[in-house]
Amino acid sequence: MRRVLAILIGLVLVAGQAGPVGATHEIVIGLQCDRTGATQTVGVNLCPGYHDYIKLVNSKGGVEGHKIKAIEIDHEYKVPQGMESYERHKKEGAVIIGVYGTPHIYALAQKLTEDRIPGTSPGFGSAAAADGQRYPYIFPIAATYWSQGAAAVKFAKDQLGGNLKGKKIAYLFFDNPAGREPIGVLEDIAELEGFQLRTFAVPPPGVEMGAQVLDIAQRYRADWVITHLFGRSPSVSIKELKRVGFPLRKVVGMVWGAAEADVEAAGGWSVAEGYNAMQFAGVGSDYPVLNEIRAMYKKEGQEPPKQMSSTVYYNRGVLIAALHVEAIRNAVKDKKSGNITGEDAKKGFEKISNFTLGGLVPPLKITPTDHEGGGVVQIFSVKGGKFVKATEWFSAYSDIVAKHIKEAKK
Amino acid sequence: MALYPLPIAKWAVAGVALVFFVVLPMVLHEYYLSIINLVSIACIGALGLNILVGYTGQISVGHGAFMSVGAYTAANFAVRLDAPWPVNMLAGGLMAAIVGAIVGIPSLRIKGLYLAIATLAGQLIIEWTINHVTFISGGVQASIEVPPPELFGYRLASQTQMYFFLLAFVVVAVVGTMNLVRSRIGRAFVAIRDQDIAAEIIGINIFRYKLLAFAISSFYAGVTGVLYTYYLGVANYEQFQINVSIDYLAMIIIGGLGSVLGSIFGAIFVTLLPIVIRLSMESFGGYLFSDAAVRNIIPNMRLILFGGLIITFLIVEPEGLNRLWRNIRSYFRVWPFAY
Repeated sequence: MRRVLAILIGLVLVAGQAGPVGATHEIVIGLQCDRTGATQTVGVNLCPGYHDYIKLVNSKGGVEGHKIKAIEIDHEYKVPQGMESYERHKKEGAVIIGVYGTPHIYALAQKLTEDRIPGTSPGFGSAAAADGQRYPYIFPIAATYWSQGAAAVKFAKDQLGGNLKGKKIAYLFFDNPAGREPIGVLEDIAELEGFQLRTFAVPPPGVEMGAQVLDIAQRYRADWVITHLFGRSPSVSIKELKRVGFPLRKVVGMVWGAAEADVEAAGGWSVAEGYNAMQFAGVGSDYPVLNEIRAMYKKEGQEPPKQMSSTVYYNRGVLIAALHVEAIRNAVKDKKSGNITGEDAKKGFEKISNFTLGGLVPPLKITPTDHEGGGVVQIFSVKGGKFVKATEWFSAYSDIVAKHIKEAKK
Repeated sequence: MALYPLPIAKWAVAGVALVFFVVLPMVLHEYYLSIINLVSIACIGALGLNILVGYTGQISVGHGAFMSVGAYTAANFAVRLDAPWPVNMLAGGLMAAIVGAIVGIPSLRIKGLYLAIATLAGQLIIEWTINHVTFISGGVQASIEVPPPELFGYRLASQTQMYFFLLAFVVVAVVGTMNLVRSRIGRAFVAIRDQDIAAEIIGINIFRYKLLAFAISSFYAGVTGVLYTYYLGVANYEQFQINVSIDYLAMIIIGGLGSVLGSIFGAIFVTLLPIVIRLSMESFGGYLFSDAAVRNIIPNMRLILFGGLIITFLIVEPEGLNRLWRNIRSYFRVWPFAY
């Protein structure tokens, strides 16, 4: 065993040193990815988007002359691999970690704070992490599940004529901690607005929900359905709701059930016509930054990557990269040498405001107390074979969400 | 059977101890120590599972859940009672042992695949319980943050400190298992594995020893869960799902069923292989493909190579890495005079 171990460690050492020695002013970001694990449909499109934006920034000379290097590590959505990738990023001197995965952000919460490296968890992770005082080094930088749940109700209210009194809303969710997280917020809003709320759990792996959907459509007779599902299950929910004849225009899916891939897996755009999808990044290919990326590839004489056509996840990758770079830009403004630390990057995040990238990024305002940035989302509806914008950026019931964040502190 | 069959073994053990306790922490970067930490945790879990599967011949697909039992027990003790870590660890281990023994009750009647399904049910029931009973899981998020362990007033938080902490447990687990399997209990386990009716006839209490095997094995699993919780600083049930149970089974099958060294080999192999494959692909992949392609190829190649290597090793030596190691050793013992 010892010999094998010695050989393996030797190999690791050799491999570790074989990499190019970084220039002194290179700013390193660690990116966790999942291109092969449970949520690989996300990773295969999100991560290329991330790298393309970094490439774009570097092709324009970097941030104030400092190049950015993003080191991607695929952790297959497994926690031990995620821990290993974090330590590796730390060794490489990363000033920001793009964490990926709810169990991973939980597992890294203490380490990030201890090592003073900001980690981002856009659209997943603990909603309580929006509290920048309690979790100084965790940045959701996008609407948490609490804000998403609140926004879903607001959207339902607007669509149902501005009054929810006496209406019935069904909440169809994946039965894991992430799926259950918004329930408390939804219950509070139900009390405030006077609607009836019933929850329908889908047990993992979430591909069997015929009974729940039938219940929603025919016994409970819901006026509106909010779905919060992951992986393969959003497409199943669209298919099943369609099958029992529930109008999809009265369904809103939260951010991980909102991609082109989900619609296609549900049987195509014509099947999903009307379905509403919640987004924390702009959808579609009509944004200036995407044109710049296409121009960059054209200048190199290459085709733009095919992942760009999966705009939901690709654009989220661009959004995450853009916010990371913006934090670094803010940090470098104070430290022209470019020799920034995790602490500087943290302060850089907390200065982000009015950074919209031509509409792809919501109007976030991240402060030392609010690491979520306001919890803004946009709803896109399936119309005629593509996602069409149904609302502008909005957030809702901020006081109720704030109350929950405060209570989580205890 | 003696612990040291040859005099050289004593020196080898002393040398290995020196390397692990003195040399490695001095020469290795913290990152490499963090990898060894993951291996250490896996080692203890694999040893425990091997006692049950390798030595006693019972199967368990519920070890991931037993780890979560240990993890949540310890986390609750730490947060609610503010208990010190040795107490939490013992409580986590014992609670896992009790739960493991209960899940093991079907083993008295059924064997093989049927038992595998029964323990699988155990895994799912425990997962569901922790997921839904907020008294255990501490809230909807089902995760409890635990303060780092303290030793004589020092907080053990950095990877280097954790390295020594975990290594001490590996030593205890290895020595404990080695002694267990050559004791009366261990021999009874082996007798049950080889032929349970014969074992009963020569006077072994099957009821007692089968449940004991489950309890001891789950105790190891519980301690693994506690160590993992302290390593991460949080108990979260998503870290102990069914795929973890399968990973540990893979470790002991690759390493060698019914051997202490095999469990360690297996834990090292399964934990390190993905990392080594990735690091080497990162170093050499750039010569063959573009950057964007490498990023896409690495994770997929890693899965393919990982699966391929496991199959290769099992074909070359179905009895696992431990047998391979013994073959190498016995070849060099008579070297250069092979028969």
